[in-house]
Amino acid sequence: MPGVESPTKHAESKPKTIRDHLWWIVISPCTWAIHFLACYITVAIWYEKLAETHDLKTLWTLISLYSVPAILVIVLVAGMSYQNFRRGDPPIPYDFDDPDERTHFLGFTAFLLSLLSLIATLYTVLVFVMVGGH
Amino acid sequence: MDERAERLLKAWETPKGWRYWSAVNNSEVGLWYTLAAFAFFLFGGVLALIMRIQLAIPDNDWLTPEQYNQVFTMHGSVMMFLFAVPILEAISIMLLPEMLGARDLPFPRLSAYGFWCFLIGGVFVCGSLFFGVGPRGGWFMYPPMTTQYQTDVGPDIWLLGLSFIEIASIAAAVELIVGTLKCRPPGMRLNLIPLYAWYILVVAVMILFAFPPLIAGDLLMELERALDWPFFDAERGGDPMLWQHLFWIFGHPEVYIVFLPSIALVAMIVPTFARTPIAGYGWIVLAAVGTGFLSFGLWVHHMFTTGLPGISIGIFSAASEAVAIPTGVQIFCFIATLLIGRVRRNVALMFVLAGLATFIIGGLTGVMIAIAPFDYQVHDTYFIVGHLHYVLVGGTIFPIVAGFYYYYPFVTGKQLSERLGTIAFWVMLIGFNVAFFPMHISGLIGMPRRVYTYPGGMGFELPNLISSIGAFTLGIGFLILLYDVFRPKGKQPLVKRNLWNAGTLEWSGQVPDQPWGIRSIPIVTTRYPLWEQENFLKDVDEGNFYLPDAEEGLRETMVTSTVDAEPMQCLRVPGPTFLTLFAAMFTGAVFIFSTFHWYWAAGVSCVLSFATILIWLWTGTAIIPEKDTKDVGLDLTLPTYVSGPAAVGWWAMFITMLGDMTAFVSLVFGYFFYWTVHEDFPPTQFDGRIVMGPGMVWPLCSVALAILAWLSVLLSRRWNRTGTNVATVNATIDQKSKRRDTWRASIRFYFGIAIAILLGLASAWALFWGPYSNGVDPTQHVYCASVSVLVLWTILHLLVGVVMLVYTAARRVCGLMDAVHDADIVNVTLYWHFLALTATITGTVIALFPEVA
Repeated sequence: MPGVESPTKHAESKPKTIRDHLWWIVISPCTWAIHFLACYITVAIWYEKLAETHDLKTLWTLISLYSVPAILVIVLVAGMSYQNFRRGDPPIPYDFDDPDERTHFLGFTAFLLSLLSLIATLYTVLVFVMVGGH
Repeated sequence: MDERAERLLKAWETPKGWRYWSAVNNSEVGLWYTLAAFAFFLFGGVLALIMRIQLAIPDNDWLTPEQYNQVFTMHGSVMMFLFAVPILEAISIMLLPEMLGARDLPFPRLSAYGFWCFLIGGVFVCGSLFFGVGPRGGWFMYPPMTTQYQTDVGPDIWLLGLSFIEIASIAAAVELIVGTLKCRPPGMRLNLIPLYAWYILVVAVMILFAFPPLIAGDLLMELERALDWPFFDAERGGDPMLWQHLFWIFGHPEVYIVFLPSIALVAMIVPTFARTPIAGYGWIVLAAVGTGFLSFGLWVHHMFTTGLPGISIGIFSAASEAVAIPTGVQIFCFIATLLIGRVRRNVALMFVLAGLATFIIGGLTGVMIAIAPFDYQVHDTYFIVGHLHYVLVGGTIFPIVAGFYYYYPFVTGKQLSERLGTIAFWVMLIGFNVAFFPMHISGLIGMPRRVYTYPGGMGFELPNLISSIGAFTLGIGFLILLYDVFRPKGKQPLVKRNLWNAGTLEWSGQVPDQPWGIRSIPIVTTRYPLWEQENFLKDVDEGNFYLPDAEEGLRETMVTSTVDAEPMQCLRVPGPTFLTLFAAMFTGAVFIFSTFHWYWAAGVSCVLSFATILIWLWTGTAIIPEKDTKDVGLDLTLPTYVSGPAAVGWWAMFITMLGDMTAFVSLVFGYFFYWTVHEDFPPTQFDGRIVMGPGMVWPLCSVALAILAWLSVLLSRRWNRTGTNVATVNATIDQKSKRRDTWRASIRFYFGIAIAILLGLASAWALFWGPYSNGVDPTQHVYCASVSVLVLWTILHLLVGVVMLVYTAARRVCGLMDAVHDADIVNVTLYWHFLALTATITGTVIALFPEVA
């Protein structure tokens, strides 16, 4: 049959890295989720149990402890994914519709999801920044 | 038709006569599912019209408050639980295998079981309304209203009936996740999947994490109602807020669970009528996955007025704004596709556009009410009713109607009328806006929701009257659609193949369609194979691809790898059976009898349902094939039996247990939630009595025993395997000694299993004995109740784990499992991984947390 590849093994797309795995794209959103939950649970316990006896600074320190690593992880994943997808063609208009483009596609999606997670995480942090002075 | 095709057709033949109802094939089950869900939709619609008659004029006494409460409760519950979620499962079961070029989903009987559960549960819940005993606590069933003030059977019907349906949804989720990840055609890598499948994957995963918290909440509420365990009774330390948290952790993702599959239909329809591939495929995947995640961070925005700390509200408000980003991205992609394409006018596309416009309006009011101060003003007013209907009708109903027009020829081979469709379109669009836009205004001037009438002279009359007129107009639109769908089309000619000239695989079917799904399973190298791959249809039809034949007369499909879709297995899928129907009937009976406290009948049904499911598993799963490998065509030979992470059964167990863990974590969350809201938790004294805990020794013993049992299961799995190694190594030695060695290996396996069973039972006993011997009374205080529910949950899981072990031993005794064909024990071990975790968390939390607290 014309145009049919070897059925068991498709032509390997390059580069082949850890970003070949589906779960790579959910690392950033998961980081957002963990950070989000950590902030929420901390605040919930804070106001029920600790608010009267502790200074607000303790709360801010805790939130920073969650936020700095979370943002670093997301930025790191974003950076690695960006490098990965830039090796492909520019994603317009029918991005990555070639079988060999699978890795670039995963990189691109992971990059976009990292950007979204970064924005959502910054939104969460912003609440503390804005409430901070009051 | 050649011989090969005839054999294939024979294997996939739909049963005839009364046996038709034993069919499990996705095209039949999907069709029944769709029709049933649509019937419930019409029922919910009639309830809506009844409400609009009642509210058309002020001081109306056509309905009593009692009746009105039942009607609005059932309207919400039916639309969400019996229409919106099931229709997505229905459409996906019908379409997904065809889009993926698969013969069927991996567990057809599970789909059939889910459908029958849904039908029985749905009829039961809706039927209650005709006896005047329907639930009347709103679709969210807030306690203490539903625990202390509504002591009739209504809330039980809601809780048990809908829990049953939630289980069906989880079954569908398992099916759809495994289907999308493992049943794609060779070559369909992650970047080539139809967008519909991406959305469904995301939605199915969401179901898995969203529904279990509600099931946990249902369990707590039913325990309070039936056994007086005070989870939501503030006088005994309970807190109604826990229900709100659990309900909305489900309820908000639910909105997206309903919305995303409809948008997925849009993603299939738009490229076809724009006659161009979708623009921004990667961006849409971002939108689907991103929305799926963020939607779990929004639940508290339904609880802004419950008095939570300002910062908590801020966090959820921020997340509610953030979710607008991915939601907007996909809409821009659709608009871009329409702009770069050469658009053809069609009723389906008109409904898509109406859906997008309506959804955007609802989305904008959503951005408004995500801001807490604005929400305080309009909370529980008709503004919210307006907002949610714009979102749900725009985001869900209109795209589904578009899907009806688009996929009707795919199902029946006939086309719906474009002329009637255009009329229905305008009537619905105008009716909808006339009905729901005035609700924003009546809400802003202060009309509360869920009131059975309102006094004249407050400015509510006009908007309400207009809304009622609009609602009936919308109803007429649906009647036109209904007529068009069901009018006899005998004389109408069949449509041509791939009528809309679409590019995706589901349109490769012949007209009229054959039950085999696809003639041969193709190799896919593009996103739109019908547009972009040369001679594609010809090769499919001539059986030039994989599995063009059914030499053994069995139903077969192909399993491929998750990321790159490389062929891995030739999967035999089971054929028609009535077992699934019986299993659903008995399971349904358990829930229905429990509602009326007929515990004997419920017990008998429970045994029957258990037995039926066992027969189903015993006769239909992990069957040892007559040959180890099979030539599937194109010089490719694939194994017919695999176990472990390569097998679909393993994935199903893994996914089910993720859902199970989520429900368990929700219960643990409850325990800690009570700790946060109480000054001293556990309390030392309550109500003049000492509050007893489970103690430390017995729960920790139970943890140790459970871990030992788990280790024993691990060893048994290993010993089961060494059985063959011994046999293979000794292949050259005489038969007698070979048999002896195999026998020795078997003895070790049975020994391991027996020890695991004993340890598992001992662990359950220890977990029970701790609280029991200390005299823990679950009705005394919420602390005792939350310990007891964790204990109850874990003991039940341990007992199920023990039954599974007995099952594997019996399988091996009967020669249905051996050292190579070990899927049963491998899957049971996977269950035990989760079980060991559950038992450890339960034991350590109830034993040690009181010390820390």
